[in-house]
Amino acid sequence: MINFFLGHYGYWFAILLMCLGLYGAIMKKNLIKKLIGMTIFQTAIIIFFVASSSKWGATVPIFDEKIGVANTAKYINPLPHTLMLTAIVVGVATMGVALALVITTYLRYKTLDESVLLKRMKKDNDN
Amino acid sequence: MIIRNSAALIPLILLFTAVSIPIVALKKKQIAFFMVMIATSLSVIISFYNIFRVLKVGTIHYHFGGWIPPIGIEYVLDPLSSFICLVINVIALLVLIHSKKIIEMESNIKSVPYYALVLLMLTGFNGIVLTGDFFNLYVFLEICSLAMYGLISVGGKQAPVAAFRYLIMGAIGGSFYLLGVGFLYIKTGSLNMADVRSIIPHLYDEPTVIVAISLMVIGFGIKMAVFPLHGWLPDAYTYAPTTSSALIAPTGTKIGAYAMLRTLFFVFGVNYVSKTLHITDILAWLSAIGIIYGSIMAIAQKGMKRMLAYSSVSQIGYIGLGIGLCNPLGLIGAVLHVMNHAIMKACLFLVAGNYRVKLGHSNIFKLNDNIRKKMPWTTAAFTVAALSMIGIPPTLGFFSKWYLALGTIKNSSWIFLAVLLISSLLNAVYFFRVLEKVYLKPMSSNDLEEPNMSKNSKADEVSSSALIPVLILSVALIILGLLNTIIVKGIIEKMIPAGM
Amino acid sequence: MNIQSCYTSFVPLYAILVSLLAVPLIIFSSKKKNLREFWTIGASLIKFGLVISLIPNALLNKTAEISIVEISPGIELALKADPFGVFFALVASGLWIFTSFYSIGYVRGLKDKKQTRYFSYFAICLSSTIGVAFAANLLTFVVFYEILTIATYPLVIHKEDEKSIRAGRKYLAYTLTAGSLLIAATALTYQITNNLDFKAGGMFKGIALTPNMALVLFLLFLGGVGVKASIMPLHSWLPTAMAAPTPVSALLHAVAVVKSGVFGIVRVALFVFGPKLMYELGLNNILVVFAGFTIIVASLMALKQDNLKRRLAYSTISHLSYIVLGTALLSSSAILGAIMHIAFHATMKITLFFCAGAIYVNLHKENISELNGVGKVMPWTMGAFAVGSIGLTGIPPVNGFVSKWYIGLGALQANNLIALIILIISGLLNAAYFFPILHRAFFRSGENLEGKKEASPFMVVPLVITAMLAVLLGIYPDFLFHFYHLAAMVVTNVLGVIS
Repeated sequence: MINFFLGHYGYWFAILLMCLGLYGAIMKKNLIKKLIGMTIFQTAIIIFFVASSSKWGATVPIFDEKIGVANTAKYINPLPHTLMLTAIVVGVATMGVALALVITTYLRYKTLDESVLLKRMKKDNDN
Repeated sequence: MIIRNSAALIPLILLFTAVSIPIVALKKKQIAFFMVMIATSLSVIISFYNIFRVLKVGTIHYHFGGWIPPIGIEYVLDPLSSFICLVINVIALLVLIHSKKIIEMESNIKSVPYYALVLLMLTGFNGIVLTGDFFNLYVFLEICSLAMYGLISVGGKQAPVAAFRYLIMGAIGGSFYLLGVGFLYIKTGSLNMADVRSIIPHLYDEPTVIVAISLMVIGFGIKMAVFPLHGWLPDAYTYAPTTSSALIAPTGTKIGAYAMLRTLFFVFGVNYVSKTLHITDILAWLSAIGIIYGSIMAIAQKGMKRMLAYSSVSQIGYIGLGIGLCNPLGLIGAVLHVMNHAIMKACLFLVAGNYRVKLGHSNIFKLNDNIRKKMPWTTAAFTVAALSMIGIPPTLGFFSKWYLALGTIKNSSWIFLAVLLISSLLNAVYFFRVLEKVYLKPMSSNDLEEPNMSKNSKADEVSSSALIPVLILSVALIILGLLNTIIVKGIIEKMIPAGM
Repeated sequence: MNIQSCYTSFVPLYAILVSLLAVPLIIFSSKKKNLREFWTIGASLIKFGLVISLIPNALLNKTAEISIVEISPGIELALKADPFGVFFALVASGLWIFTSFYSIGYVRGLKDKKQTRYFSYFAICLSSTIGVAFAANLLTFVVFYEILTIATYPLVIHKEDEKSIRAGRKYLAYTLTAGSLLIAATALTYQITNNLDFKAGGMFKGIALTPNMALVLFLLFLGGVGVKASIMPLHSWLPTAMAAPTPVSALLHAVAVVKSGVFGIVRVALFVFGPKLMYELGLNNILVVFAGFTIIVASLMALKQDNLKRRLAYSTISHLSYIVLGTALLSSSAILGAIMHIAFHATMKITLFFCAGAIYVNLHKENISELNGVGKVMPWTMGAFAVGSIGLTGIPPVNGFVSKWYIGLGALQANNLIALIILIISGLLNAAYFFPILHRAFFRSGENLEGKKEASPFMVVPLVITAMLAVLLGIYPDFLFHFYHLAAMVVTNVLGVIS
């Protein structure tokens, strides 16, 4: 039982972050806070993947003469790391687009509160 | 070389053109449209070629860079993926022909970056459809999503907010999918769809796999706008500019549907998802609720674009229902409806765009029958598309409903049959309301005044580049309706996965 | 035993297409009225000629068939000119000729707008009606049935005033719902039988059909075709649809639309379920009850109406159920009478509607209470009205007597005395709501009628011809169109299987 928690503390941490991120993204009204929540969520997933690639007693996946090539259990799995490089880039790009949208929204509506924005949007010319 | 690499060419051409547009069109902005036309036309031609090749040869696997899967990434051309690829590219081509007029008119859209984003989005779509690798799908999913956020945000005043809300939901959806892929990778050790399919039967009882499927389905569900994950759709479609709505509405959600089909039936297996996990049952019920919900909300709308947006929620419910039924007829209905809805929605959004070009708005309650006199062809196309949405033969809409009805009967799901039929009637309510407005003289004084309408009734139709795509789409609805067996027997029946 | 033989022929397809092809011609000659009307008349004559050419073979039980395109794996959009189909097509296309002439007088007399829309949609309606008549399987039937629904909508709302638009909405609400039920029924049938072709004597031979499933299926079909057939309580769209112009009411709501509904009921009863199954499962009793109820109640409601067209509408509802009753009795004479009533009632009702329209255009009177003395001013019109009324009441020599006689005989054959009594009572009620009109027109003197004369010949000539046709058919039912023999052929096809 203890092992279930201690042995997977990386995953538990990631899940905690995911819940925090989701909570922020969904429940918060301020656009920036939603954005932060979404980013936390995405980062948590990245942490999850990276945690999944680790092995007990293994080292970074760069060729080490002392260990050799055949003994793959001594190297951690590089694949999730490479996948996460892509995911990090995606996260950065998404944040960039989101910030651009937030700036435009602020310039047009002078507020970043979602409920106020929705009310004002409805009042504007509907089509 | 072209023939050997045809599977990969479409995303590559589109990507390459997307990236080079800002450079090449730096001085002369008109080149951008020209390059877009070339790229999408090539995509359409290659899609046709792909379909014929697949029908002759069978499923084609293309290994990117020569790396053999499961280590390398592969593209898979089978009847399902090549069919959806074709539908997306043809619709995109027609909408982009129409876009020339719209982009000229909208002052706050810069044509060069806009077209670049459009091509990026199409790259994403085609990549999702053609790929055979889970993570590759995530990459293209994010590519097309980011492009979509951008395309939606250049609309009216409310557009950035709508785009932002879509961004939050879409990013969460993509992340859910990524998490699902992660779980799947942890258990199976592979990211390749065919490889995972061979490994999964050994892992049927693993809770990890069940969680993985659930997360992936939620991710696709957000993209597909299944009820109740559809919240981003109405605002996004309403406030986006016409071309964006017309590009995204027919195709964007179908990508989610395709991904769901692929994952549920072709990777995890029909029996597993339906009999053991009952995911398809949940999907069917949620879709049924979505069908009714979308129709009722559509009736309540005043603006045509918002009405069409809620109508989309309802139509996507049909596709979800077809997938959820898990039998061949339901699948035929769902895939045929993918094509059908793409054509209908593209036609309807383009008509709304034509009205905005000529009248400056597309508020239903401000329409009156001057429009029919001024824009007879556009209104005629609208009528055909509306009849198809309601499901009047011989349009294509009747036939996709017919197959779905047969599918529900085969499963003895009488409630779903009733839902299908009731929704046709609800569709009739909100479409005939618009038809009454444009064909008949104003009835009572609770219609809003329309000061901009000039009283002369000479025809003042939109220019041909804006009119011809609309007409082609509406004529296609009738022709494809009558000839639907060619498509059903020729392609769709070959898509039915083993185990149905 | 009659064996049906078939041969391939494009004639049924041409019969449908000829009026569709006339539509663009009509639209493009909208400025030149006489040319535009020429296309309508020409199309109707050609259509009628094509249908007539199918009679000789139909009488020999040789059916012309053509399959157009496969529209669902295993089901084709196919046409088959069997005797019943030819019968209905004759009625519809023949009466279209008269209606076209009459329409010209009517819409021009009222200086209506949107005449082009009127004539073009009329042509589409007739195409779909012929399609319904010649449909070889249930899916083809559904396709043309729905097209008919949509094509009649612009005609119902022709006047574009508030009453018409409301009538149109009600019409669509009823008919589209019915369409959904019909599609559900067709899909269910396909699931059970895997083959949707109409077969005389029933489709379900050799197929196990639980009574519950059969009942549900029958009720779905009944809801589907019953709306257009105006069986109570699905009838209320019809009186409201009288807001349409009279030629529309005349042809569509006395001939094409409602008769398509009744045609559908006969097809369902005799060609889908078949007399044997209907009798075994007691389904025909359901029909008898609904039909009998409709006959009496509709006649009673007709008595209350002052608006002439509304009274005629309720009379139509009542007479349509004669046909349903005849079919439900399942005996040879009853079915014979029912099928003949499709044609005979059409001739009489169309005469009556034409008269109502002529009175409206000429004297701007809509209500019966205003009709005093009209007979002296418009003798030909009211004379024809008298012929139609006498026929509907069931008095010889008008053809209404013939069909009613056969249905009555059929009631005796089926040992159903109640049906016979209903027929007799209905005859009396018919007299009760028609004869006062004649009395007012001929035997009372009216006001404000100085200087008025008969209506335009475009309107009067068709209605006199249809009235004369009613009399001629009453004296010799096989006159010219072999209605009697065609109907008899249908009966032997359907019942011959039991013998």
